[in-house]
Amino acid sequence: MAKFFAVTIIVIAIVSAIPIVRHTWDPPADISTHGGMIDEQMSETMAEAGISFLASQILLALFIWKFSNSRPGDKIKTFPGGAKAMVWAAFLLVGTEVLALGVFGVKAWATVYLTPPSANAIPIQVQAGQFAFYFRYPGPDGTFGPLHPDMISEANENFFGLDTTHDADSKDDIVTAEMAIPVNKEIHLLMHAKDVGHSFYVPALRVQQDFVPGLDLTLHFTATQIGKYEIVCTQLCGLGHYNMKAYLEVMSQDDFDNWLKKEAALQ
Amino acid sequence: MHDMSAHAAEHHAPTSFISKHVFSLDHKVIGKQYYGMALAAVLIGMVLSWLMRIHLAWTNYPIPGLHLLSANGAPGNVMTPEYYLQLMTMHATIMVFFVLTTAPFAAFGNYFLPIQVGAEDMPFPHFNMMSFWVTFSGFLVLVSSFFVSDGPTLGGWTQYAPLSAIGSASGPGQGTGVVLWAISIALFCVGQLLGSLNFITTTLDMRTKGMSMWRLPLSAWAWFITSVMGLTAFAVLMPACILLILDHLAGTSFFVPSGLVLNDQLQPHSGGSTLLWQHLFWFFGHPEVYIAIVPGMGIVSHVLITNMRRPMLSHRVLVYAMGSLAVLSYMVYGHHMFVSGMNPVSSLAFSFPTLIITIPSTIVVLIWMGSIYGSKLRINTASLFALGFVSMFISGGVSGFFLAQPSIDIMLHATYFVVGHFHLVMAVAAIFGIFAGTYFWFPKMFGRMMDETLGRVHFWLTFVGAYCIFMPFHYLGIAGNVRRYQAFVDDYLQPLIPVHRFITIAALLTGLAQLIFLYNLFHSRFWGKPATDNPWEATSLEWSTPTTPPPHNNFGDKLPEVFHDPYQYGVQGSTGDYVMQTSPEKVNSANDEA
Repeated sequence: MAKFFAVTIIVIAIVSAIPIVRHTWDPPADISTHGGMIDEQMSETMAEAGISFLASQILLALFIWKFSNSRPGDKIKTFPGGAKAMVWAAFLLVGTEVLALGVFGVKAWATVYLTPPSANAIPIQVQAGQFAFYFRYPGPDGTFGPLHPDMISEANENFFGLDTTHDADSKDDIVTAEMAIPVNKEIHLLMHAKDVGHSFYVPALRVQQDFVPGLDLTLHFTATQIGKYEIVCTQLCGLGHYNMKAYLEVMSQDDFDNWLKKEAALQ
Repeated sequence: MHDMSAHAAEHHAPTSFISKHVFSLDHKVIGKQYYGMALAAVLIGMVLSWLMRIHLAWTNYPIPGLHLLSANGAPGNVMTPEYYLQLMTMHATIMVFFVLTTAPFAAFGNYFLPIQVGAEDMPFPHFNMMSFWVTFSGFLVLVSSFFVSDGPTLGGWTQYAPLSAIGSASGPGQGTGVVLWAISIALFCVGQLLGSLNFITTTLDMRTKGMSMWRLPLSAWAWFITSVMGLTAFAVLMPACILLILDHLAGTSFFVPSGLVLNDQLQPHSGGSTLLWQHLFWFFGHPEVYIAIVPGMGIVSHVLITNMRRPMLSHRVLVYAMGSLAVLSYMVYGHHMFVSGMNPVSSLAFSFPTLIITIPSTIVVLIWMGSIYGSKLRINTASLFALGFVSMFISGGVSGFFLAQPSIDIMLHATYFVVGHFHLVMAVAAIFGIFAGTYFWFPKMFGRMMDETLGRVHFWLTFVGAYCIFMPFHYLGIAGNVRRYQAFVDDYLQPLIPVHRFITIAALLTGLAQLIFLYNLFHSRFWGKPATDNPWEATSLEWSTPTTPPPHNNFGDKLPEVFHDPYQYGVQGSTGDYVMQTSPEKVNSANDEA
């Protein structure tokens, strides 16, 4: 029974590792300038966690195999070094391993969150509400008009609550249901929640950030691949949460300019 | 430490059915009541998970009979999106609070802590009785939300504001459902605060003669450490729930800021903070993870030692490691909030203690493994589940390396990776601890043995099944599969649906295997082989009671006296390779660390 158990543990450990080693289910390929750092951090963590996982499970299995068939006369043996060896091993192996991961991981985090966007980053506002994203571009004046929550009306398609009659800055704002951005240009995303908590997750872009009602947050990133990608909500926001999505279209600068003109004409 | 022998005669056994079995002051009966409630809760929680899994694998297929549960939630037996979220919220709330917290801590702790310290009962039996009945009332309030007009809350067990605080405008179940949820959890907190108070006082003040703190078994240490955590963590969640109730019923805005618009209506709130709820919730929520798992660590250590026929490499190091987990658990809670919008520097500040907490966790695992080395391991159902716990705890623990790092959390946050991680390390491991405790202590609690063959079949199906369910969750998360979706409509999620089907089949089969346990539990209760007083040749005080099950006052006319550390195994005693704590016999190769 014990030997069978030991073999089962080893088989489970190895079978569990196969899809990871073979990359059977990977995230969408990275299309951002910062994503490489996250992927690298992920691979290093996977290597260290994978080795810890396999080594621990195999050792556990071997000990169960070996020490479950003792005979009456056998003496209890103590692991060389006893508890001290265990404490040292935990501090030296795991402690240094995880702290190293933590220290190296700071760089990727800092690039996304602790570095301000460049001055010429393109500002785009995204508003999340049950159960859709809407995007706003500032138009030729480069300035967003103010929001008036009391004027928000789905029926009148005034998704942001803009007062284009009185606010000069709002007149040229361009509101869309799809997000388009030029390739290789930094985007400065201004995030606003209309009702409850939501999140902005683009796996291909390696970004995820919650929308916090009452607290406008920002995010910045640069996409490097032209294409169409999915933006999904990851913060439980109500019954339509699963279906809250939008598309991000990364275009050449010319295509983006044309797209923006076309959208401006539709306002 | 008290000499309680003078009080023993005052501890009269109840005579009526009500005082003996319903409103009992006896810690053993209260422990069994907690176990019974946890058993009912886990069955409900498991059925809910089956319904969710079937729906995720074959969305929009009718589930026969589902409309009987809720005509609105399942018209034509097809689950609506909101009903999926409602079942998910109830599954998680029931499991986390009423199973994982109550069974290993309140149930086994109530039954065995007073006996393991050598007391005739807890110091405040009325508080103890209240603890159960208030907790049970909380359970009934939670379950009652199935029967209100728009059903239970759909906001998830974390109940993030403002979705939870803004009322029924934000979705079905977000009015009365949330209020019932918050009342239920506030009651639960009161129950556990009363329980924690009793556990702490029992450990500190009710120890019998000779029972120093270092002579407490590891299970008693684990319950003690957990009760200290419970006293501080539930004391934060309870006021948070009260504020949430006030936001609903008194027109306050603790968790709702101004300017929110739902259904084109500007909401009449201002001045609240949505992140305040998250901070309060996770200040409770992360210690809660350890409240669920530390008792399991204690139970598993206790069961392993008895079956290894040796003490741990170090009793004290294990206690210090569990204590460190408890202290650190308050410093790491912000890792749930890396992408919540709190200051990104705070994320780094929360990341390091989260990485550091792997050190005491690793020490615990290495002490277990190093102690198996050179032992004389006995294989039985209890030890199999204890060893299974170690395997699950390792598997669930290593995925913590990923989630402790904010930069990786950008990809994995709110995905199935998190679901796989916490189910393995907190839920499955804790449930393996409950099973180990059940197979180990059942003979003492009921005076009969559980069937060993059925126990082993139950173990094998559960061990392999749990891995089949929860390991693929990690793969889904790595691929970016978002959790809390009732259906997968995004293009990049389509290739993952076969993995969900595999998980669903594994969940149904593993769930069915639990019927073997249920049969074994009830059949053995009445028809099992009669148990001797000490069937496992164990040393601690619960095996020294004059009868099995123990009498009303646990030790008869005289409380025991303790002469040894709890785990004198691998020695040459007159009874064999062990010497009981109550035996005045001198031990040749004493394991005393003190």
